[in-house]
Amino acid sequence: MERVGILRMPLGNLQSVWNALHVSGFDPEYVDEQSDFDHLTHLIIPGVGHFKAVMDHLVSKGLPDKITRFAQSGRPTLGICVGMQLLGKSSNEGGVNSAGLGLVDAVVTRLPDDGQVLPHVGWSTVDLKRDHPVTQGLKQGRDYYFVHSYGMKAGSEDIVIGTTTYGSDFVSIVGKGNVVGFQFHPEKSQSNGLHLITNFALWDGQC
Amino acid sequence: MLKKRIIPIQLLNNGRLVKSIDFGNFRDVGDPVKSSSVYNSQYADELMLLNVSREKRSIADLLQIIVKISEVSFMPLAIGGGISSPDDAALLIRNGADKIVVNSVAYRDLNVITETSNRFGAQAVIVGIDVRWDADLDDYRLYSRCGSAAENVGLEQHIARVVAAGAGEIMVQSIDRDGSMQGFDLDAISRAMTASPTPVIGAGGSGNYESLKDAFITTGVSALACGSLFNFSDSNPLRAKAYLSNHGLNFKKV
Repeated sequence: MERVGILRMPLGNLQSVWNALHVSGFDPEYVDEQSDFDHLTHLIIPGVGHFKAVMDHLVSKGLPDKITRFAQSGRPTLGICVGMQLLGKSSNEGGVNSAGLGLVDAVVTRLPDDGQVLPHVGWSTVDLKRDHPVTQGLKQGRDYYFVHSYGMKAGSEDIVIGTTTYGSDFVSIVGKGNVVGFQFHPEKSQSNGLHLITNFALWDGQC
Repeated sequence: MLKKRIIPIQLLNNGRLVKSIDFGNFRDVGDPVKSSSVYNSQYADELMLLNVSREKRSIADLLQIIVKISEVSFMPLAIGGGISSPDDAALLIRNGADKIVVNSVAYRDLNVITETSNRFGAQAVIVGIDVRWDADLDDYRLYSRCGSAAENVGLEQHIARVVAAGAGEIMVQSIDRDGSMQGFDLDAISRAMTASPTPVIGAGGSGNYESLKDAFITTGVSALACGSLFNFSDSNPLRAKAYLSNHGLNFKKV
């Protein structure tokens, strides 16, 4: 049986992620720096807030090593929103360059704000660019719920699973091996979001 | 491009859902958790839950109910009614709310808006503004405390203040149209949109799909909130969007 761990974060609403897994038939658990990750089959890194503040929190708890070891073991690892951005190499949120976990070859930069209101909040379309086990069964061009001001740019095309346009294009689904990230909130995106969560929780990490 | 939104408004009075006319005259319309589950399966774009109980101006009832609603509803959830401090707001957000709606407190203490906006982002703060046309004043008069207390500030001035304080969305609600099912107050919505750099939600008066079409097309507003339309008639968000899509309006695809 799947043992899905949700990493406790300092800010925001983790319960929605837990509820989304629970209603889809899984028995998730919250994990933190005290937890043993060895028994987990899947790890979810949610995240709301400032990239650097969230990363500083992880570093202060010794979590980057723990997350990286989990991902390197080949078990499915998912980042949501800022949790996805943390998978990248760096972000310049707030004008400072901060290092991320470096699990995918990507950087995070501010979305263009000429003529666009930031943050980007609301339902926007994800264009699926290539097949991935986690997006299996989803139709092309569906809408998901976004809340963010910064977006991911990929260093190589092969990790771009989905893109979204808001002012400019950014990566809305990233995937590298057993690591995947969603910029939108699947737990707030109704049936298509729950479909993604279910696919992730049933995924063996192979592409 | 962002999609237009239809937001069912659910009014809470002592744990039950009610619908008002002219901000009074409550009629019981059911159980908030069940109806939230139904709205989720009808692909509403967001849900709004407002506590209108005159006796209990605290967030205790809201806290109890959002935990249950967030178990059955997987879309953004906005909660308000009786929020009076940044701690109230933070508690609701930690327990399942994505956005909070403040109204009366915005006339007295802008700090609730500023602190919540700094902590959780501007998108987490909706300021509700209740307006009634005042013939003597020849202008809209703004009301706080569920429509019972007149305020001495103009619509544009109040919007400028709350946006400067950090509000991420403005909901302008017509008290005259509330529960009337006679259509939205297009003039109030247009004026709010001109005054506000952030998105506006129009509320009060939804009666049929035609009234939604008029409001969306005439004003270009990004979201409309509906009570009576979904409480009392055989209509729902799915059907509303099917009709509106055929008139060129763009909604999320599921």
